[in-house]
Amino acid sequence: MKRQIISRRGVLLASGALVASGALLRIARAQAPRAGGRLTVAADSEPRNLNPAIVASNGVFFVASKVVEPLAEASFDGPDGLAPRLATAWKGSEDGLSVTFALRQGVKWHDGKPFTAADVAFSALKVWKPLQNLGRVVFKDLEAVDTPDDHTAIFRFARPTPFQLIRNALPALTSVVPEHVFGSGDIAENPANNKPVGTGPFRFAEHRPGEFYRLEKNPDYWEKGQPYLDEIVYRVMPDRSAAAGALEAGEIELAAFSMVPLADLARLAKVPGLKVVPEGYEALTYQLVVEINHRRKELADRKVRQAIAHAIDKDFVVKTIFLGYATPATGPVPKSSKEFYTADVPATAFDVDKANQLLDEAGYPRGGDGTRFRLKLLPAPYFNETRQFGDYLKQALAKIGIDAELVNNDAAAHQKAVYTDHAFDLAVGPPVFRGDPAISTTILVESGIPDGVPFSNQGGYANPELDALIAKAAGTLDPAARVELYRQFQRLVAEDLPLINVVDWGFITVASDKVMNVADNPRWAVSNWADTWLAT
Amino acid sequence: MSRAFALLRRRLLGSIPVLLLVVVGTFLMLEAAPGDAVDAYLATSGGGDAALIAALREAWGLDRSLLARLAAYLWSLAHLDLGWSVTFSRPVLEIILERLPTTLLLMGSATALSFGLGAALGIVAGARPGSAADRLLSAGSLALYAVPGFWLGLVLLVLFSVELRWLPSGGIESIASGLSGFARAADVARHLVLPVTALGLIYMALYLRVMRAGMAEAWRMEFALAARARGIPRRRIVLRHIARNALLPLVTMLGLQSAQMLGGSVVIETVFSVPGLGRLAGEAVSSRDTPLLIGIILMSAVLVIVVNLAVDWLYGLLDPRVLAPGPA
Repeated sequence: MKRQIISRRGVLLASGALVASGALLRIARAQAPRAGGRLTVAADSEPRNLNPAIVASNGVFFVASKVVEPLAEASFDGPDGLAPRLATAWKGSEDGLSVTFALRQGVKWHDGKPFTAADVAFSALKVWKPLQNLGRVVFKDLEAVDTPDDHTAIFRFARPTPFQLIRNALPALTSVVPEHVFGSGDIAENPANNKPVGTGPFRFAEHRPGEFYRLEKNPDYWEKGQPYLDEIVYRVMPDRSAAAGALEAGEIELAAFSMVPLADLARLAKVPGLKVVPEGYEALTYQLVVEINHRRKELADRKVRQAIAHAIDKDFVVKTIFLGYATPATGPVPKSSKEFYTADVPATAFDVDKANQLLDEAGYPRGGDGTRFRLKLLPAPYFNETRQFGDYLKQALAKIGIDAELVNNDAAAHQKAVYTDHAFDLAVGPPVFRGDPAISTTILVESGIPDGVPFSNQGGYANPELDALIAKAAGTLDPAARVELYRQFQRLVAEDLPLINVVDWGFITVASDKVMNVADNPRWAVSNWADTWLAT
Repeated sequence: MSRAFALLRRRLLGSIPVLLLVVVGTFLMLEAAPGDAVDAYLATSGGGDAALIAALREAWGLDRSLLARLAAYLWSLAHLDLGWSVTFSRPVLEIILERLPTTLLLMGSATALSFGLGAALGIVAGARPGSAADRLLSAGSLALYAVPGFWLGLVLLVLFSVELRWLPSGGIESIASGLSGFARAADVARHLVLPVTALGLIYMALYLRVMRAGMAEAWRMEFALAARARGIPRRRIVLRHIARNALLPLVTMLGLQSAQMLGGSVVIETVFSVPGLGRLAGEAVSSRDTPLLIGIILMSAVLVIVVNLAVDWLYGLLDPRVLAPGPA
């Protein structure tokens, strides 16, 4: 895996006068990891529930993944893109009705009790399946978990479940929590949801609301010699410009998830001692998507949707809004998913004339003021980029005679307007591709989803052909056949455009040059940081 | 002292109807905002299915009707229970008390700065209305007043923490520093310098202008003429006669500003990552946490009432006529 780091270091190396200091840095890099030190990072939110087994979201993982571990983590070079964590091996049966996990031995919970297969069985049946936002979908057919011994867990499914899906779900969906802590009482209200107890390299030490989270080294971590850091402190910084300032002032050493606004990156890259790292988010791809309300007569017409797609200049969006840190999308699966992605889909190139022609054909001629029809456009407020794209889209639509009224809401209002009330014509959303199309991608276009389910098809789109394809893929056990079905799925979505995929993007980490092993796996920001260390 | 208590009690009792209006108004306003606490939570938690969402609404009591919820809330309020925050999963009172000291410290210091500096500079400006010093200060204070709070905060931050590195860029104290006693107080003070300056400077302009205007008016009064005629030194006239008379409206402003400043602190607390009530109020709104928001507003209302009592008492000191018994 080739890694390019745009940083002051590159500039230093290039300039002859400073070759010596550059060489020193390189030596530091080749050094053996140094143990010790506190890593201070910026956090922009404090999740209500910090239990990753219940809330599988990146905001929670960012802190909790250092404390609570999954069965396996994503990896650049491991088999199937995975590296073992609490499970050391996994194997699916031919009939798709069971998956056997060999569990790591000699692992202790942070409170000293031994970790056993019973904890995995408990987490799977009592937490992931009934309570977890994503697990409720992936583990819906999980019937039982057999534990023949303390270090083997056999998942039994009521219906054939593709092993490929389970494997792809391991990093995000399988955080294991201790049965002896959660076993009694209401799991949703357990105090350990906000003071997580896990097996990870760091123990949860304290949370001062509005100020910081502090994690401390777990001296009994199963990987001997790790973690290297003594402490990780997450400083809660709601203001993004302030986070950039704190990095420059050396008060924090790392800001992940593009907490530093993209517009500030060029400046920060020139600050000596800071590096800008765009890697480490390969398995956390976010997709910029135009959601379409098919209840609107005009938008139910495929020609109109194609016209809108033709009106969007994806390269311009990548260059101007994402400052180059994004890839134009071809369909509902991002290029970063090597397993499933296909480029062989009907393309909708940027072509304003074509768009206008399609709208004329569809029977929506320009009126006296040049407008064909009006619609309501709701950009999601979650990211700067989604809001900025909303502004862009309004202008792009104006060029093809569609007058879009921008409606900017806060998170709760957007959630309700789009996903419950369907009070939108077009919306801009940032769904996440989570390693397998069946986890959170097919629901974006599948029909029959109840009102109110966020990040799902709430546009009233129903395509029996597509639904059948999704259902078939969900039950297909052979990995190659399943991949082929998802390639057809991509072609069908790109052709019929139930939604318009604009670009796919990962985030940017800005870190001090002293922070080592940054971005060494494709979910780095939400992985356990056991091998992260601070150079002097 | 007993008189002060009687006054306090009368004020608090007298403000119950107003507080009730505030409570119901806030409740209805947040209710009118689209989306509820579950919507806000879902937006941050990466989704969920319909059954999960329904279960959450039921667990958080959001499946009941508006009137039922309002009645339940008022009932608990009548028992002096501020209720339960669903976003924090903790009692509202506990959350507020945790953040109150920080906000009191920030607002108290900022008020002291803006009042003290505003009054002092106002005296300088008002000592000779129309002088060069007066023009300079008046223009300067207006410019400061026109500056948006977050911008002033960011400029101070870039200058003093990023460029000069004299002061920390945010937070209320060094994290897990292990400091105690005086060392800790000094640490907190260092962290407060920038937010207090940013918040204080903006409101200073108002005090300065009111002070100056009051003094300019006092100069035109006959007693000022008389004092000058008696040959009292100008310095003494300025401080004893003119400034003291101009101080009364300033103290009135103090009462009014204490409420205003809570609004300003939302922005400053966000820029400087200060864990105070202002930021908490912002979070309560965006997460549609009605009991928490009402709790903060009630707490602020009590604060404003207390400040205004203090202002009344200060009035008495400055102008004995106020406390004199008379036809009330």
